[in-house]
Amino acid sequence: MEHYVNLALKALFVENLALSFFLGMCTFLAISKKVETSFGLGVAVIVVQMITVPANNLIYNHLLRGGALEWAGLGDVDLSFLGLITYIGTVAAIVQILEMFLDRHVPALYHALGIFLPLITVNCAILGGTLFMVERSYTFAESVVYGFASGAGWALAIVLLAGIREKLKYSDVPAGLQGLGITFVAAGLMAMVFLAFSGIQL
Amino acid sequence: MNAAYQRTLFEPLIVNNPIIVQILGICSALAITSKLAPSVTMSIALTAVVACSNAAISAIRHHIPNNIRIIVQMTIIASLVIVVDQVLRAYAPEISKQLSVFVGLIITNCIVLGRAEGFAMKNAVWPSFLDGIGQGLGYSVILIALGATRELFGFGSLWGYPVLPLESEGGWYRPNSLMTLAPSAFFLVAMIIWAVRTWKHDQQEQADYRIQSVHRMETQ
Amino acid sequence: MPRDKERPAQVLLVATLVCVVCALLVSTAVVLLRPIQDRNALLQRQRDILQVAGLLRPGSSVEAQFQQIEPHLVDLATGNYVEGGDAIRFDIARASRDPKTSTPVPADSDIAKIHRRPSAMPVFLVRGEGGLETVILPVHGYGLWSTMYAYVALDGRGERVKGVTFYSHAETPGLGAEIENPRWRKTWIGKRLVDDTGSVRFDVAKGAPAPDEADYHVDALSGATLTSNGVENMIHFWLGEQGYGPFLARLRQGGA
Repeated sequence: MEHYVNLALKALFVENLALSFFLGMCTFLAISKKVETSFGLGVAVIVVQMITVPANNLIYNHLLRGGALEWAGLGDVDLSFLGLITYIGTVAAIVQILEMFLDRHVPALYHALGIFLPLITVNCAILGGTLFMVERSYTFAESVVYGFASGAGWALAIVLLAGIREKLKYSDVPAGLQGLGITFVAAGLMAMVFLAFSGIQL
Repeated sequence: MNAAYQRTLFEPLIVNNPIIVQILGICSALAITSKLAPSVTMSIALTAVVACSNAAISAIRHHIPNNIRIIVQMTIIASLVIVVDQVLRAYAPEISKQLSVFVGLIITNCIVLGRAEGFAMKNAVWPSFLDGIGQGLGYSVILIALGATRELFGFGSLWGYPVLPLESEGGWYRPNSLMTLAPSAFFLVAMIIWAVRTWKHDQQEQADYRIQSVHRMETQ
Repeated sequence: MPRDKERPAQVLLVATLVCVVCALLVSTAVVLLRPIQDRNALLQRQRDILQVAGLLRPGSSVEAQFQQIEPHLVDLATGNYVEGGDAIRFDIARASRDPKTSTPVPADSDIAKIHRRPSAMPVFLVRGEGGLETVILPVHGYGLWSTMYAYVALDGRGERVKGVTFYSHAETPGLGAEIENPRWRKTWIGKRLVDDTGSVRFDVAKGAPAPDEADYHVDALSGATLTSNGVENMIHFWLGEQGYGPFLARLRQGGA
């Protein structure tokens, strides 16, 4: 139990996908102008991450890893080089299915998320979460926890940045730094703050 | 080379730079630029992938059905990235380890997908290939600037060769530890944006609110 | 023309063709390049082991120089050699994951935070005129961000350090990553890891040690407390009962 809480805390703060590894930056910087939209995107990322990381974990452990195909009698085969293309395919498929499901059963949420769902497919934080899961050889249970926590960490980061940007609107920023420039500075300061979490363990 | 091709190749360097104007491809720019060597390797890898994927997608653009458009593009891009990753692991294993997750992330690098969708689907093979090179060059300029600055001030070296004599080796230069950490990339990019936008006024964004007047409160 | 593209048959054809071409491209690259990658990995390992033993000479081939190294697989519990293994190609990470070749480490003794320990580990010996000269032990343990993998070269009795090299890690550049710094690694040479009673006594700590502790002390890295603690724990684990303890005891009794 402690192990999972530790894992979740690490993914949320110490190894925050947005502020420690700088994944998903493009959407992070482009969509963070308002807190509401950022929150919507954040929730979408959490949901997608919670589904794709465990799904890719199953695919990796039962199909791709060296020796994984033993159940089919092909124990010598190592398909891990197909990893990248398989994971991205899984993400694209899951996002497509999620979109169709929301459209049919929860139309309010579907309209609220709007353009964000397709945008998530190419969010490097999603693929990055899967790649980290593979690199660290998580079990299925750990993948579920990591999927949720890493998505939540990214969501937390983007909501925080949106909050800061909403306040920055009223500041007297030099013309050359207006908009994108000052956002980079703010994000850099946030990244420094998150560095303070390094080394925390339960 | 005619004027249109020249524009395609050189516009992305400053006027339409993928990182500081289009806000694409930022993740890798921030994460792997702590030293010059991985920055250069990543630049070459990305330029190769964008150019080749642009060319390949452009070649079959009239035959790709609309409803599987995105997935076909991603399949082609992902295959190219896997090949690049394998080549790096065979011929440059040290750098490949440093780049680790980020070579794989070239697949989701918004530059590659953005150009595939925005240019290669609508243009012929050669212009698409050139566009890929141009965007890659723009990306490389920023990455190399970041990598060189961060390695020089963070480690006192360039490409692994010592340039500034370090205090720990008996010299005078105390390395700026912030430069070795990723947040410094944010600040450096902000400085580059500031410099470029001061030069090119048309890239400046308009503020949402302008301070019209200031009321001073007199306190006694 | 646009209508034709959307026909199901066309969709299927394009999808299949793209998949086949891409698959061919990727598979060809992987099959052609895998031997080169494996060879690179092997050469790098041999280079690291020669270097930590102080035997790496420029000019001649690494493979030729590696002939002077005697690789063995050691069963950690008994300290005896295991026949028929390939020590130089042994994949420590993979062996740790596989339940058939590893055992879980109980939480209270898992000071190196590795969770599982392979049942057998490779060791590398260098013999000279007067008997066993150098023993090279692969060790690993968790630092701040990652598992650090290192080779420690000890003298023929497994007591004093002849060299150490960290060949894989992902610690903070400029701080924890200074475990790679040759100047810091040089401070390890001549230090003792195990005292006369056979128990592990090694500190990676800040500040000057007491005179009778100096032999067992290496300065910690400034600004990298957790990485330094990880290094200390790693040594304690692997040179103790759970690691190479039984093997080194056998060595000292002259049975290698």
